[in-house]
Amino acid sequence: MYHAILFLPLIGALFAGLFGRWVGARACEIVTISLMFVAAFLSWIAFYQVAIEGNDVRISLIGFMHSGAFETYWSIRIDTLTAVMLVVVNTVSSVVHLYSVGYMDEDPHKERFFAYLSMFTFAMLALVTSDDLVQLFFGWEGVGLASYLLIGFWYKKPGPNAAAIKAFVVNRVGDFGFLLGIFAIFHVFGAVQYDTIFAAAPDQIGKTMTFLSWEVPVLELICFLLFMGAMGKSAQFLLHTWLPDAMEGPTPVSALIHAATMVTAGVFMVARLSPLFDLAPYALSFVAIIGATSAFFAATAAVVQTDIKRVIAYSTCSQLGYMFAAEGVGAFGAGMFHLFTHACFKALLFLCAGAIIHTLADNQDMRRMGGLRKIIPFTWAMTLIGSLALTAFPLTSGFFSKDFIIETTWFDHSIVGQYTYWMVLSAAFLTSLYTWRLMFLTFEGNFRGAKDVRDHAHEPPWTMAVPLLVLGAGALFAGLGFRHLFIGADQASFWRDAIVLPQGEHHDIPFWLTLSPTIAMTLGFLIAWYCYMWRPLLPFGLLKRLPATNRFFLHAWYFDALYDRIFVLPAKWLGNFLWRVGDGKIIDGLGPNGVAARVLDVTKGVVKLQTGYIFHYAFVMLMGVVLLITYFIVTGGALKP
Amino acid sequence: MTIGLSHYLTVAAVLFTIGVFGIFLNRKNVIVILMSIELLLLAVNINFVAFSSFHGDLVGQVFTLIVLTVAAAEAAIGLAIVVVYFRNRGTIDVADIDQLKG
Repeated sequence: MYHAILFLPLIGALFAGLFGRWVGARACEIVTISLMFVAAFLSWIAFYQVAIEGNDVRISLIGFMHSGAFETYWSIRIDTLTAVMLVVVNTVSSVVHLYSVGYMDEDPHKERFFAYLSMFTFAMLALVTSDDLVQLFFGWEGVGLASYLLIGFWYKKPGPNAAAIKAFVVNRVGDFGFLLGIFAIFHVFGAVQYDTIFAAAPDQIGKTMTFLSWEVPVLELICFLLFMGAMGKSAQFLLHTWLPDAMEGPTPVSALIHAATMVTAGVFMVARLSPLFDLAPYALSFVAIIGATSAFFAATAAVVQTDIKRVIAYSTCSQLGYMFAAEGVGAFGAGMFHLFTHACFKALLFLCAGAIIHTLADNQDMRRMGGLRKIIPFTWAMTLIGSLALTAFPLTSGFFSKDFIIETTWFDHSIVGQYTYWMVLSAAFLTSLYTWRLMFLTFEGNFRGAKDVRDHAHEPPWTMAVPLLVLGAGALFAGLGFRHLFIGADQASFWRDAIVLPQGEHHDIPFWLTLSPTIAMTLGFLIAWYCYMWRPLLPFGLLKRLPATNRFFLHAWYFDALYDRIFVLPAKWLGNFLWRVGDGKIIDGLGPNGVAARVLDVTKGVVKLQTGYIFHYAFVMLMGVVLLITYFIVTGGALKP
Repeated sequence: MTIGLSHYLTVAAVLFTIGVFGIFLNRKNVIVILMSIELLLLAVNINFVAFSSFHGDLVGQVFTLIVLTVAAAEAAIGLAIVVVYFRNRGTIDVADIDQLKG
């Protein structure tokens, strides 16, 4: 069964990828979707067996790499952490597969699309079932590749191509740190297997190693480097620039990869290595600071975006920041819980956005939407559910996970904890603000687009509606249903030794603290209501009066422009220089082209010798004879024996 | 003044040089080249005969006869080639014969 969970998506991907051309798009859809649903069903069984009944599974498949002391095996490790991820990945992936049937209806390359989707799912499963860091890295790069392919799915347009390359390159930066981290782990521990590392990690407390000629604590360094990889993959502050651009890909891809699963790989990795991170307090503080900063920063950017998908993309970045903030203060379970609920409601929001975009003839600009509540009430209801969960409306899934994170950060009494608390609290306010702004701009007021677009608007077909219903149920009830397991009374028996649990001191939560996220949320809602419903002209006036501020947030604090100046332009200049001077002038000039030119020169001279006149040849022959005779006369008339 | 070996050799050398220059400096037609070759051969013949007489050895004169025969055959073949060449190209001007040029 566990083999099937892992390999069914791979079979689907191979089928659609290799034979799609012959069997046609419909067959590919049916095969990949049914395999995905079987895998999703099996992963719920696995969740029950592993997480609820407590039977961890280890299956060794094959040897992977052997070189000297370095040994890795490809094996399946399923404990509670993996089981949670299996459920998230396979459930979201299967409904997204189904959704894609409707969404990609008119696309001529559906076989390729479904092959990529299934391939992504396989890589993600390989990532979460990994038993050592090398296999984790295999899945890590596999999802990166699938993400690249899917962002650039419409490869004939320049936008998606550039976005795909950007995602890949920015991830390389993070992966560089991640690889260094793995190297450091092998250097220090002599193994890459989780269990070996965790067992040996306490011995390394207080030890130092040389890195770039500095003496640094071993564990801090390792965790810091590994977290660099997580920052890239999870689009955290400083390495976030690729995520908004990745919205150029098809919307189901955004829902699956850039909201629910791949971007949470960093969160998963930190939780998986929580025994290691737990021993590195400074690295953990760094995680919290980056997470909190991302949560706040991305939320500010989301408030002024006009592209509906970019709003949700920045929101994803912000919510991932919440997860890291939770992990940074040691609440790994809370981070995973938010991952779990976030996967439901964010995938739901993306799929709703996809339904809106689909029905409005590929318009993503919220300034040309409005009044859609009366036209597509079902989509409105689903978006409302997703928005309520995202803004942590009481009793929805986001309420339990996000409020718990905010409360937990308060109890970390260090300066970092206080910074994190205020950041995530203000991010909660901004979350509510931009979410309701999105709702009001899209669904209320009058339609601001073309009239024929409005007349064509319709509810999504059932293939797109069913996924919305499934995820909507998840967004509403995942919090209520799983709260006691992830962060509540049963968390010790739920997680067991999969992650490090917070130490058992019980806090009395002051009432104002419980209330603070809800107050922030209500405040955001009221301001959004005031600006976009009560006085809809107010935002325009603000835009007119503060254009620089608007641009600052619209361009997400100008990080793209900054990186352009620091990295992209010099890299382009260097590339141009190496191309024109290094390659063109030096290598080609002295190498192939130079040699060829010299050969031409020589042959031109030789050609001149070839007059074709017999008497010239005869003259040369005679001169030869004369020279030979002269030689023999001078040297004595005979060849020496 | 008696005519000795060196006089014969001088005449032969002069003839040979004329023949060589006839080949190189000739810009008119192929027949001149053929004639120059004949001159070269005759110069060699004079050498043969002179040395034959000088050494009292008849082999040199036998050689001369062979060279004459071969020269006759060569002249016949050469003229035949020239005739055929003229039929094909319409000229036997040496300056126009540059088909060996690459």
